[in-house]
Amino acid sequence: MTDLGAMTTVEPNLAADREETLAVEGVSVRLGGREVLHDVRFSIRAGEFVGLIGSNGAGKTTLLRVILGLQKPATGQVRIGGAARAGRGTAVGYVPQKIELDPDMPLRARDLVGLGLDGNRFGIPMPSRGRRERVTEMLHAVGAAAFADARVGTLSGGEQQRVMIAHALISEPRLLLLDEPLANLDIRSEQEIVSLLARISKERGIAVLISAHEINPLLPVMDRVVYMADGRAASGTTGEVVRPEVLTMLYGHHVDVIHLHGRVLVVPGQDDEPAIGSRDDTHVLHADPAAPALDKAEGRR
Amino acid sequence: MNPILRAVFEPGFFTSAPVRVALLAGGMAALVSSVVGIFAVMRGQSYAGHALADISVTGGSASYLVGITPLWGFAGVSVVAAAAMDLIGVQRRRGRDLATGIVRGAALGLAALFLYWGTTSTSTTGATITVLFGSIFTISGSSTAAAALLGAIALGIVAGLYRPLLLGSASPELAFARGIPVRATGSLCLIAIALAVSLSALTIGAILSTALLVGPAAAGLRLTSKPGLAILWSAVIGLAATWLGVLLAYDSYYWPPAHQGWPVSFFVVALVLVFYLLAQFGRPAGTRRDKAVARQAEAGA
Amino acid sequence: MLSGFMVNTWIVATIVAVVAGAVGFFVVLRGSAFVADALPTGAFAGAAGASLIGVSTLVGLGVFSLLGALGIGWLGRRGRQDVATALTLVMMLGLGSLFLSFSGQYASEVYSLMFGEVLGISVNEVAPVAFLGAVSVAALAVIYRPLLLTSVMPALGESRGIRAARVETLFLVVLALATSMALPVVGALLIFSLMIGPPAAARSFTDTPALAIGLSVVIAIGTVWAAIAASYQTNWPVGFFVGALGAVWYAVGRAATAWRRSRQRARAASEHAGYARQAATVRT
Repeated sequence: MTDLGAMTTVEPNLAADREETLAVEGVSVRLGGREVLHDVRFSIRAGEFVGLIGSNGAGKTTLLRVILGLQKPATGQVRIGGAARAGRGTAVGYVPQKIELDPDMPLRARDLVGLGLDGNRFGIPMPSRGRRERVTEMLHAVGAAAFADARVGTLSGGEQQRVMIAHALISEPRLLLLDEPLANLDIRSEQEIVSLLARISKERGIAVLISAHEINPLLPVMDRVVYMADGRAASGTTGEVVRPEVLTMLYGHHVDVIHLHGRVLVVPGQDDEPAIGSRDDTHVLHADPAAPALDKAEGRR
Repeated sequence: MNPILRAVFEPGFFTSAPVRVALLAGGMAALVSSVVGIFAVMRGQSYAGHALADISVTGGSASYLVGITPLWGFAGVSVVAAAAMDLIGVQRRRGRDLATGIVRGAALGLAALFLYWGTTSTSTTGATITVLFGSIFTISGSSTAAAALLGAIALGIVAGLYRPLLLGSASPELAFARGIPVRATGSLCLIAIALAVSLSALTIGAILSTALLVGPAAAGLRLTSKPGLAILWSAVIGLAATWLGVLLAYDSYYWPPAHQGWPVSFFVVALVLVFYLLAQFGRPAGTRRDKAVARQAEAGA
Repeated sequence: MLSGFMVNTWIVATIVAVVAGAVGFFVVLRGSAFVADALPTGAFAGAAGASLIGVSTLVGLGVFSLLGALGIGWLGRRGRQDVATALTLVMMLGLGSLFLSFSGQYASEVYSLMFGEVLGISVNEVAPVAFLGAVSVAALAVIYRPLLLTSVMPALGESRGIRAARVETLFLVVLALATSMALPVVGALLIFSLMIGPPAAARSFTDTPALAIGLSVVIAIGTVWAAIAASYQTNWPVGFFVGALGAVWYAVGRAATAWRRSRQRARAASEHAGYARQAATVRT
């Protein structure tokens, strides 16, 4: 029985000066008598765009909370920029899952973004021009300048998402975590947010970890993927991880992977189908030349 | 056996007429409040219930001015106030407390005015203390039947609307989809609450009115997840707290410092709080709560 | 009305309004109207207890409103917030009725402490009120940013290391301070009305938090001045006017919000029409 940990590809030793922004090392978490995370290990380097894929209950939010320092792991540790995660600081930007903002609340988009700079500091606030300019620059960078002075609670889902991203980025974190940011967006907003994040990640050298239950919106821009099921994780490039044998091991029952026009579909198989390895498991419909494009990431590097 | 009984029940307890009235009136108020209170707490309308109790006292003081039976002042004004709160939108979760507070502020202001008009400066203090700390056992024989009728109506409303109210409180959308008039049932529920608290405020005072509406119900909801059982627990706790309170107040007649007995309000409220805390903390660890925490973690992942 | 002995009233009332307007902004933001209502009401038990042991009523009020704030915070973390507030409130009221049954002498101050008394402010009270007011405002300024962030989005605050429970406790303490110092003029029962009416209106007129606080303070000051003037003329209790004006401001706020929303919808509709026209021209 192959150890799942071993299926995590060892990163090829690229430029050694690209430090590990995030290292998750053998993290396990027990909640209420259940093991919610089991021996999760992966790492992300600066400027990498990594998707954390898994359905509800797979453990994505718990993992994010561990990285944020809000949940203590039973075993293992998390290191940010090489240092063990001791307290909470601004090194990690975070966009939470549920954004419920009261439309009657007098808080503009730029006010919320401003709070990203110093919202955690006690003490009498002193307005400064430099602060104002940084906020404006950030809002421009995420494409939110048009509604900078509107109440956050009245913005649409996609607009609020941009504001949240600006809030998370303005303190110049090295790592950006997003918890299911695409969940309630229409397709166009989804694409816009994904390309925005990819651009920011490359331009500013920020490591981005974005959790989602659907892999396809992220396929075009993901460098690597961390695939989770039942508290277990497998990480590597999409070509390495999104394979029937890996996912079957992860899920604990037979899984098929179907490629269609450059997209991928992960489908639970039947129990009475022949065992893995006895046939060609990578089903390709229409002899799709786009199938190898799944490893777009490899070509990019 | 006899000396113990005599120590617990001071002589004359069961033969004293005021005690019998207190047990009967208090018991009736406790029963109605604790049953209706289940719905008040479930719907997050504790504040509304408290506000209505004080408002009904306002109605009571107004009725002295106008010269009608206090009962109709209590009940009538509180029902009107309930309708006003409902109109302003007490049923909506957001901004609900704000609306309740505003109505209560306006009503208390009116109470101040009535007290000013209706009393001379020397007796003002007595009336105002009654307003705030009102521990009134003033119900007369003729009003008992009317009060019982109001209580019966309140119970009748929640009994008749039992299932729609349960569903509507848990999930308004589900209820709406099944054709339940969510808004109308909610308004009727608020009126039932108004009747229950005004009945209590009249018989046992405004403080106990709120205490018996919220405390036993909250304890009952903590002890079980089955609504019917919660109602039973709530009624039992409410009655126990009230009757024990009356007993203790009677027994305290010779206690220091004033040797006039401690007020019933104090004992009942203290008992309600004790029962609530027992329900809160008395549950063994590793049960439902931990499972709920785990479930939450799952759902978030 | 503006003669010498009333000056103290005006000064104290203004200080009270400033604090109420500022603290009230957060009360409305956090939906804590019940807590703001319960604290001063329950604090009465403290006043009764204070007179029992011969301490100044202000101290009794302060101590009990602090105890109430802590009790609400503690219970609220372990159960429903509104249940916690209700039970803490009735417990304090129960204690109050107990204290009152021990001594009958507290009674004379009750009416003015409950509903406000225009003539009751002596020059001795100005200094302590000013001091408490300054402390309240300063404390609010110090916790302003974390309080704003956790009130708006607790998840964000959490991720940045703000412990919501601690900030909430601090806020409740400030609220307790504000309510206990405000009693002399406005009266305990109506101080919360000053904390929710003006901010409810202010938030409808401006999008910026700083401006909303400022406007809330201005409206609160106006309310208190109008209430005192009216009470002076008619002899009716100050609390009545505060309660009534609070309701008026709330209504004004609701109307302004509704008007703003209908204008937004009209603008969105005309933008839509603009797009449709654009699309039509493109197609042709």
